[in-house]
Amino acid sequence: MDERAAETAAPTGPAGERAAGPATELPAESAVEAVFREERGRLLAALARRFGDLDLAEEVTSEAIEAALVHWPVQGVPPKPGAWLMTTARRKAVDRLRRDTAYAARLAILGAEAERADPVPSPGPDADLPDERLQLFFTCAHPALPAEDRVALTLRCLAGLTTPEVARAFLVPAETMAKRIVRAKKKIREARIPFRVPGPDELPERLPGVLQVVYSVFTEGYAASSGPDLQRRDLAEEAVRLARILRRLLPAEREVAGLLGLMLLVHARRDARIGPGGELVLLDDQDRGRWDRTMIEEGRGLVVLALTGGPPGPYGVQAAIAALHDEAVNVATTDWPQIVALYDVLLTLTPSPVVALNRAAAVAMRDGPEAGLTLLDELAGEPRLRDHHPYPMARADLLSRLGRFAEAATAYREALGLAGTEAERAHLRRKLDAAESAAPGGAPRG
Amino acid sequence: MKYMLLINAAMDDETGPAGNGCTVEDWMAYDKAVKEAGIFVTGHSLADLVTATTVRVGPGGERTVTTDGPFAETREVLGGYYVIDVPDLDVALDWAARCPGSWGGGSVVVRPVAEF
Repeated sequence: MDERAAETAAPTGPAGERAAGPATELPAESAVEAVFREERGRLLAALARRFGDLDLAEEVTSEAIEAALVHWPVQGVPPKPGAWLMTTARRKAVDRLRRDTAYAARLAILGAEAERADPVPSPGPDADLPDERLQLFFTCAHPALPAEDRVALTLRCLAGLTTPEVARAFLVPAETMAKRIVRAKKKIREARIPFRVPGPDELPERLPGVLQVVYSVFTEGYAASSGPDLQRRDLAEEAVRLARILRRLLPAEREVAGLLGLMLLVHARRDARIGPGGELVLLDDQDRGRWDRTMIEEGRGLVVLALTGGPPGPYGVQAAIAALHDEAVNVATTDWPQIVALYDVLLTLTPSPVVALNRAAAVAMRDGPEAGLTLLDELAGEPRLRDHHPYPMARADLLSRLGRFAEAATAYREALGLAGTEAERAHLRRKLDAAESAAPGGAPRG
Repeated sequence: MKYMLLINAAMDDETGPAGNGCTVEDWMAYDKAVKEAGIFVTGHSLADLVTATTVRVGPGGERTVTTDGPFAETREVLGGYYVIDVPDLDVALDWAARCPGSWGGGSVVVRPVAEF
């Protein structure tokens, strides 16, 4: 549960206790790999930074972990496991460079220049292994990489997913994903995208890119968190894990708190979002007793942090909206005036027709369906809403509430033609049936 | 590491590059900054597109010479370049952003120079 605990447990916890026992007491290899996941990211980041080469860093990180899996059960876990892994990996890197002198010569030049540009900070006296993952976050989310590559690289390098796992998460063939990752690493290497944290002056410009990567991992997991594909809920959980790491690395950044808060407050509803038949259950109809209260509490605390001490950012505001939903006993008692006010803020921070659509839906709850519908109709020409099924769906819902069932049915049909997942389509078909049977003169069903 | 900054001017129509609001002074200041920073390798401003000539040699060795333009459909045209030597892409991107060619509808493409 507590990620901090999980992380410190990796070097000194379960493996340490088992060190005295025979190798057979070790958990299955996959479980050990899971323990190493977090350590893997740290090691990879430190090595990528040191050698300026992600491929070499990945290779020797894997070799060092394999070596640990062989040696630790026999010889015991070393007192500083992180330092042991780092030393082992570095030695393997040096061996590799001895074998390939041309490669070494190139990396030596790179290393010397990188050092000159941005000296490596020395780890604190107590640190087992300096945490340089923040550099890697910024490299993986670099704006010079295509957006889809940023997400893939972050999952591969920082979440520790294997390439086939990343491929499965994005429903593309493993070969396609492997090519994408190779292409991204090639660009990092050959265009020399640096492994460094942007300075304070650049951070406001670059941090949103990193947060966007983490959030798109989350929304990708969320877009289809129903039906047979449970892999995708894992993806939402990976995003939460990545945000927790970021939060620890950038404790003063309020938008990081906002992002983590937002994801927790949405993810808290995951069980209520899926009905007994695997169908999608929308917020209005969810059994709020099935919401994860612990997660909501943690999310609410983060919202306070995100909205205190400076102007609000878009993730903080979205988290606050999610918190208002999570705090309400039902739809009727939800604080709609406050939600509309927050959408007003969000619209000034990130003007977009999608935000305007959500705001219109909130206005409909505050002032009635007629008011919401007027706002929605003002958005009719927006190109970004043309293929966005929530738009006709929101219109259809309001038309139903106004008793205009024939128009509602038309809008539901439109939404049905655009909806992405089977769960969403099933939901829309139910709504469409209801609207059709309610429409005066509607064809009798049977 | 060396990067080439390819400076593309936005074209208004077939007559020539659109003004992007930059003055000769802007360009001189940038050129001075690049040279004073000690990163300048080489760089040139190119003459008007109407002066360009394209050469192609076919499989049989036959030479075709064409005159480029006027291109009504061309949106951006290479107007000049710099080669700079800086530690990494972020620094190169910063210099590209400072270049007047990237302002007001123009763009600067940053390409690492391949090393063999």
